Amino acid sequence: MAKVFIYPINSLILSDLVERFGHKPLTMMNQIREKVTSISLDSPPINITSEDPKAGLKYAAIEVPAGVRGRMSLIGPLIEETEAAIIVENPPTNFGCVGCNRTNELTKYLVRSKNVPILEVKYPESEEEARDFVSKIAEFLESLPKEKSEEDEKAIEEKTTEMEDKK
Amino acid sequence: MTEIKKEEITKYIVISSDKVLPADAAMKIYESEFPVTVKETCFGLIVTGFREDVMAVVEKIRQLDKNHIFIKDRGFPAGDARRCRASRGGGPRPGFHFLREEVEMLPAIGAALDELEANKPLKKETKEKSRLKVSDLEKIIEAELSR
Repeated sequence: MAKVFIYPINSLILSDLVERFGHKPLTMMNQIREKVTSISLDSPPINITSEDPKAGLKYAAIEVPAGVRGRMSLIGPLIEETEAAIIVENPPTNFGCVGCNRTNELTKYLVRSKNVPILEVKYPESEEEARDFVSKIAEFLESLPKEKSEEDEKAIEEKTTEMEDKK
Repeated sequence: MTEIKKEEITKYIVISSDKVLPADAAMKIYESEFPVTVKETCFGLIVTGFREDVMAVVEKIRQLDKNHIFIKDRGFPAGDARRCRASRGGGPRPGFHFLREEVEMLPAIGAALDELEANKPLKKETKEKSRLKVSDLEKIIEAELSR
């Protein structure tokens, strides 16, 4: 199971297709979940603190707007985990967490410079294009290794040791 | 503000099926008796609960029409006051616009997945004009009638 970075980072179609073909999508939603559901509330209502733009400094320079750095503090850790990536060009709308074009440019640049397998496709606008879109993504995802990740292996090891202890 | 435990997750179930309605999927979840919170929406369902329960429910619902039901994670739990329209004075919630755009493409994506499953070549070769076969016409009629 490979960790697949998707762009747009909150895409329903891409995250579903990646999961469908047995891989793990790296999405903004999971990052947001950690922020908004953590019990210790630093800065309600959405827990973005002044520390976040500082964390974003790892990915963008100090003169870059705080909005870019704040977004990069969430997207950056995902890029570090990336083992493969699917980038869709010309998505129809970019709102909310993907509403900043400079962040999107920086994200794509960092992913491209990471030397991982990347598939770049155009967002489909017709049935014919959708067919092509799905076939390219399916082919790409099937070419990725389906071995279990280290986390899964650790979980399996823990389970087996628990079972042995019970015996 | 809603405080929830860390292991709780939320998923969108987006339904673009001719056979399954959001209400049918919601009934299936109620029948399954998993301890999850379900919210029915115009495009499908939002399910919140413990990870194992949500994953089991989601997989069960996907099997109802696996190529036409799409799943996505959601950061905020269902009915969260920070995102709920009721407490924000109406209007679409942030993030809905992109989802709506993607929902419009789902029938085409579902059809492509059907073809992929049937092991047909996804790139259709352009054929010369020919008469429609009776068997193909029957398939079209059956598909229209089953809507």
